[in-house]
Amino acid sequence: MVLFGIKLVFLITDILLFALFAIIIAYFLYAKRHEHIYAPWRRLLKNKIAMGTAAILLCYLFVAFIDSIHFRLPVEHTTQSQTTQSTQIPNTQSENIQQFQSETLSLLDVLLTPLREKSETTYSAPFASHSFTKQTVEQDNGQQIRIYPALKYGGVHLREGDSKLIDISIRSLPGVIKGSLLTLFLLLLIASRNKQKYRCSFRQSLTRLLNSSTGTQWKPFLIVMGVIFILTAVIAELSTVYHVFGTDKIGSSVLYQSLKSIRTGIMIGTLTTLVMLPFALALGIAAGYFRGWVDDVIQYLYTTLNSIPSVLLIASAILMLQVYLDNNQDNYTSLLERADLRLLFLCMILGVTSWTGLCRYLRAESLKLREMDYIAAARTMGVGHFSIITRHILPNVMHIVLITVVLDFSALVLAEAVLAYVQIGVDPTTESWGNMINSARLEMARDPAVWWSLTAAFVFMLVLVLAANLFSDAVRDALDPRGESHAQP
Amino acid sequence: MMSYIARRFLYAIPILLGVNILTFLLFFFVNTPDDIARAQLGDRRVTAEAVEQWKASKGYDKPMIWNSDANGLKKVSETVFYDKSIRMMFFDFGSSDSGRDINYDISQRMWPSLAIAVPSLIVGLAINISFALMIVFFRGTTIDTVAVVICVFLLSISSLFYIIGGQFLISKLLHLVPISGYDTGINAIKFLTLPILIGVIGGIGSGVRLYRTFFIEEISKDYVRTARAKGLKETTVLFKHVLNNALIPILTGVVVILPLLFMGSLLTESFFSIPGLGSYTIDGIQRQDFAIVRSMVYLGSVLYIIGLILTDISYTIVDPRVRLN
Repeated sequence: MVLFGIKLVFLITDILLFALFAIIIAYFLYAKRHEHIYAPWRRLLKNKIAMGTAAILLCYLFVAFIDSIHFRLPVEHTTQSQTTQSTQIPNTQSENIQQFQSETLSLLDVLLTPLREKSETTYSAPFASHSFTKQTVEQDNGQQIRIYPALKYGGVHLREGDSKLIDISIRSLPGVIKGSLLTLFLLLLIASRNKQKYRCSFRQSLTRLLNSSTGTQWKPFLIVMGVIFILTAVIAELSTVYHVFGTDKIGSSVLYQSLKSIRTGIMIGTLTTLVMLPFALALGIAAGYFRGWVDDVIQYLYTTLNSIPSVLLIASAILMLQVYLDNNQDNYTSLLERADLRLLFLCMILGVTSWTGLCRYLRAESLKLREMDYIAAARTMGVGHFSIITRHILPNVMHIVLITVVLDFSALVLAEAVLAYVQIGVDPTTESWGNMINSARLEMARDPAVWWSLTAAFVFMLVLVLAANLFSDAVRDALDPRGESHAQP
Repeated sequence: MMSYIARRFLYAIPILLGVNILTFLLFFFVNTPDDIARAQLGDRRVTAEAVEQWKASKGYDKPMIWNSDANGLKKVSETVFYDKSIRMMFFDFGSSDSGRDINYDISQRMWPSLAIAVPSLIVGLAINISFALMIVFFRGTTIDTVAVVICVFLLSISSLFYIIGGQFLISKLLHLVPISGYDTGINAIKFLTLPILIGVIGGIGSGVRLYRTFFIEEISKDYVRTARAKGLKETTVLFKHVLNNALIPILTGVVVILPLLFMGSLLTESFFSIPGLGSYTIDGIQRQDFAIVRSMVYLGSVLYIIGLILTDISYTIVDPRVRLN
């Protein structure tokens, strides 16, 4: 598809992620009109921790989203290439057929073009102005000396004797101001929305917002958002002249890699569930509702799958996929497509290993529900099995599905890193935290150690997993009436 | 009791058969031995003879499930399915793709695995239970909230971080123990301390949080109220009544993983280069040795099923109200 002169590329995982976003939005639009479905979510909006962590999760999702819009830019015809063309046989068709670059980029790549293109030759520490390793450099007079050469991009504006700390603080000031302004803008936006909602003056709306006396806890949301905005703005300011997170072995920016890894992490966490959900729902409800031999077969199926240690099942499946990909290399036009297929397959196989738990819960719940009076009533009125399942059972097990989906997310993000270490994770060419950790872990043995690559990957992962864990606890409390917080005396 | 256990073991047979058929399908039908041979030999344009030779040396050159050339029982026994899968059912794993006897390797490598897994489990269990009890003693206060937040924080950290960070801090900066390696006898202690320590610390977050919910659940029950009404001290209530009853879910949770301790921990063993079954599996995966991976899949399933049966039995021992039928 060509739009505004650029060719859009849709990878399979992109389409699935968009579909997932569409499903979530559709669900909320539907829930908004049905009070009994929306009520638990309103409880969530009143939870401070949930709102604070939701801000972090939204930012991660946003990055994953803009990193999923792939396209190929048109080839720029420079004057030089046009002159060489004109000397050759005049090509009449070249006006009509648009040429595209072979490299597929995402929107995030384009936004981070400076980060992507400013690469050094090898390791450099965060905020460094000189290379981390000694290199042999030839001087003007032909002598060869071993020095720490100055970086091509990092800290080149510094003069001899300049204090780096002062420079960093001065340069981060505009970032702080920009971030604060952005936060203020968001605050005013929400306040003006609340003004219409509660029909009060703008001033009143603002004070209510800051005193947390609105129904929805906007204050923690705004604080977290503010921190993220300011951090982003400061880092953006500093990365114009520094490598804020340092560079890796081949000299590319660690910050860029960490940001690109967000998409992989989010994909593994969400698509896995999306892939396994239809199976778990259909089989779990069928086992509980029909009982008898259907139940026996399904129980046998998931006990068998469950009894295989999941790492080994994933390993065997990925090994088999590798063999398949090696023998069918001609089917894939680009490395990106191949890596994407591997990511999708990894999600599918992770789904196979993780659906059994949900399936068991759903079976137990359906077993209980089928004995309920309203279902007996529906049956006596001659309602078919399919209608009973979709209209009466499915809506009543949705809370289990939602809780499992949110709880599984963080475990899956963590699993990705472990699988990358065993070399059965995502494709080595895909940016992911697991791959970053895996390629950097041996560098800890250096003296002094190369710590920044690992730290960046761990911190990005920790923030996402911690937010997801806290958020899922809040979701469980809000959605499950028999949750843990109610058991307390 | 005996008839119940016998029935459970009989029920395990179809499951193991299912696992066996599944791995057979995965390893020999999704990709035929020809594909594997080509991938193993590296080049896509290897000669047909080389493929045949590789298959013959590994025993993959027989028909899949039905040998129409042979006669009598050999129609079934002279096949890949019989050689690789039926024999595996009876724990005859044969030789790995690199030619070593898998049964011998397993019998040698399970001891180092146990040397790490058993102490980690016992120490971890003791620490987790005591921390959880401490938190529950202060339930409803700020200490409780802070402790739960710390638990969530700890369990959000990747296990890779604990291992890499621990090796860096304790071995590289403080030089307390060697970074990795293994030795037999008493010398093993200096190699085992760090992996065990890291295993325990890595499990604290999830362990303490889980056990806390078990304790909290018990505390809201009637017998605890009765105990308090009798005028017992809070410590007595906690340590005598609550602890005893909460041990039931804790212990049964542990029993499930007991047999799997043989398999070792993939990550720990591989990072500390300990010659256990975990690093054996990882090596198998990384060298694409399908025979080893297949054997470990089967062994893992068997141990898991044994764990399930042990759990059911342990329920009847610790909780007389549970009747088996």
